[in-house]
Amino acid sequence: MKYLPSSSTTIRIRAILALAGLAATGLTLSAQAGDWRQFRGNGTNSIALNENLPTELSGGSVAWKIELPGRGLSGPIAVGQQVVLTASSGYAQDRLHIISFDAETGETQWERQFEATGRTGCHPKMCVATPTPASDGERIFAFYSSSDLICTDLAGNLQWYRGFGAEYRNASNSLGMSSSPIVIGSTVIIQVESEAEAFAAGVDTVTGQTKWKIDRPRKANWTSPTLLPADNGRPALALLQSSAGLSAVDPETGNVVWTFDSGASTIPSSLVVDGTVIIPSNGLTTVKPSADGTAIESVWNSSNLSPSTPSPVVINGLTITVNSAGAISAGDITTGERLWQLRLKGKFSGTPLASNGHLFFFNEAGYAFVVRPEKEKGEIVSELDLTETILSSPAASDNALYVRSDAHLWKFAQQR
Amino acid sequence: MNRFTIPIATLCLIVPAVADDTADAIQALQSVGERSAGTVDARTAVQTLKQGGADNLLPVLKAFNGSSLLAKNWLRSAFEGIADAEQKAGRTLPKGDLLAFVKDTSESPSARRMTFEWLLKRSPQLEDQLIPGMLLDPSPDFRRDAVKRLIDQASATKDGAATDLYAKAMSGAVHEDQVKTIAKALQDAGIEVNIPRHFGFLMAWKIIGPFDNKDQKGFPVVYPPEKTLDLSAEYEGQLGNVKWQPITTEDDYGVVDIGKQIENYKGSLMYATTTWQSEMDQAVEIRLGTPNAWKLWVNDELIFEREEYHRGTRLDQYKVPVSLKAGANTILVKICQNEQEQSWAQDYKFQMRVCNRTGAAVLPVTRAAANSTPRKEIR
Repeated sequence: MKYLPSSSTTIRIRAILALAGLAATGLTLSAQAGDWRQFRGNGTNSIALNENLPTELSGGSVAWKIELPGRGLSGPIAVGQQVVLTASSGYAQDRLHIISFDAETGETQWERQFEATGRTGCHPKMCVATPTPASDGERIFAFYSSSDLICTDLAGNLQWYRGFGAEYRNASNSLGMSSSPIVIGSTVIIQVESEAEAFAAGVDTVTGQTKWKIDRPRKANWTSPTLLPADNGRPALALLQSSAGLSAVDPETGNVVWTFDSGASTIPSSLVVDGTVIIPSNGLTTVKPSADGTAIESVWNSSNLSPSTPSPVVINGLTITVNSAGAISAGDITTGERLWQLRLKGKFSGTPLASNGHLFFFNEAGYAFVVRPEKEKGEIVSELDLTETILSSPAASDNALYVRSDAHLWKFAQQR
Repeated sequence: MNRFTIPIATLCLIVPAVADDTADAIQALQSVGERSAGTVDARTAVQTLKQGGADNLLPVLKAFNGSSLLAKNWLRSAFEGIADAEQKAGRTLPKGDLLAFVKDTSESPSARRMTFEWLLKRSPQLEDQLIPGMLLDPSPDFRRDAVKRLIDQASATKDGAATDLYAKAMSGAVHEDQVKTIAKALQDAGIEVNIPRHFGFLMAWKIIGPFDNKDQKGFPVVYPPEKTLDLSAEYEGQLGNVKWQPITTEDDYGVVDIGKQIENYKGSLMYATTTWQSEMDQAVEIRLGTPNAWKLWVNDELIFEREEYHRGTRLDQYKVPVSLKAGANTILVKICQNEQEQSWAQDYKFQMRVCNRTGAAVLPVTRAAANSTPRKEIR
């Protein structure tokens, strides 16, 4: 049984490619319903457009709930009719799992296990399966805290295996690594950054060979690369964040095109919406690339929109951040002025998802919140207690919402 | 010539060819290297092995021994691909052969465990049949399961038999959480437990310092103890002349706490050394835990170094394979403290043990000899 893209999926992939062209006009790359191919979605901005997600969460909105074979803070990704997830298990968390589920039924299509080649020690709150996998629509790229980067095809056949933790033996953080890979064109981009060793690399999606590897600041860093979509003839760039700031990197060569040097957070990651780069730096700072794409200009900075662990999101003209007390702050996307705050319950690790005018939050205690943000205020629309620790970020695909705990993967959809 | 002659002759030609294909395919998987070397051949090899079906399962498993970890992951992929396809096709796996493989402790622990878990999917009763006999297995996973069963039995036992079960469990335990559970139960029953010897911690050291590590600049500096290990020498240190001093730890988990036992000299570094008497030439693991930057030498050879400060510490944080020679082996460690002021960044300590890949202690000659005398305590 093969799980290759169906003809309808192929059409959708073509549509995505067409939409990539639209990104040049300012639309974000995640402007297609369907796949959710990497951490924070195809556009790495947590925005799912053209989805009809259930906003009244209740037991009835749970389409299925599947038991998982291992722990994980990684989020699910969706490719065609497959939902793919990673997990880690074993006393030393050195068993690396990749699991593919049928999106419709939740049935396990295939599971592959590997043995970590790098260090697997983590803070107890983290685990080896913390980075979210990525896909180019034909392959899965599963990355782990051990710096193992594993590529399979959609049927689970191993395509190549890179043990970056074995190739570079100090490429680890004793608290664990969390940076998720992203795919731009034919390159998988990873950040492996700790005090002992730090680099970013572009890996060929087909061969697994290193296209480029650049030194990065030797500081602990848990952020993930961000996509700066192609614009006005300029190709897409990868934005690499660190305590030093942000570097825009050519995904084909690793050449740095421009830098933002004012420092940035090492946990929440940047995002790009309509050509504006929103950086967790001194609160929130926004910049815009120049017309020729080789420099940036500041837009605004707001010190009272500082995010904690979850990355910021943008919805309805608002920047949304979550602080360490579980309060969300909404700022005006054009000025950075804080407009309102809304306190939710508990602490948050996962980044919320923005779709059909709503925000979908999952706190560490397993409470789901659906919030409708408007210019003047935010309102909690519904809540659901999933009763399990959730530290991951949700995904959206084909009108369904997915989230995982250490033990389960849930699918939420409109009740039929 | 009867009508079977030609097919039989053909078969004779085909069978060795298939075996050669299998061997070549396995060789391709064993040849994969870092940086994606050999990947194209490996992909083809997996397809070849899958086409051979269940007959190739055992050759794939046997190839784990002696293969690199990277190659093992390709072999694992081939095994799972074949097993998955066979089961989805409604065919059964060659249970007898696979079961014999699981029981053969000379085979790769990780391959045996993977095989066991595939067999469990269809034969869950195997867990009860096999695990109790795996208390001293080379696979830490099998050991863990066997120890867990004994702990569970002991905790459900009310009389003195519980102590015997805990003591038996301790003989196979290699994981910290299980050792702690067992040790507490035994100690509560009035039985002494020698945890340092159970894990093989190095408890007695000579230490010298502090040397300067202000602004974390001391890590690459080659101070005199790195040049010549002279335990009678005296050197100029960070705060005056320094010389080697004995230091021992009484900590159950072998923690040498420089900050508490000596002083938390901020922006400093210390060297500690000990001698480990090996009964023979042998491959072992030195396992280290420290929140500080460190370097490790064995017999004057720099084995590993890591410049990371205060990102947590735990038992077996670092597993470093080393080759020991028969007789005296010199272990030297450099431990560096920085100048961070946060409360969680004040530890200046390390713990080190010698064990095999399973995690079971490998004891030096003197302690091994002592272990042969009757003892009331349990390690």
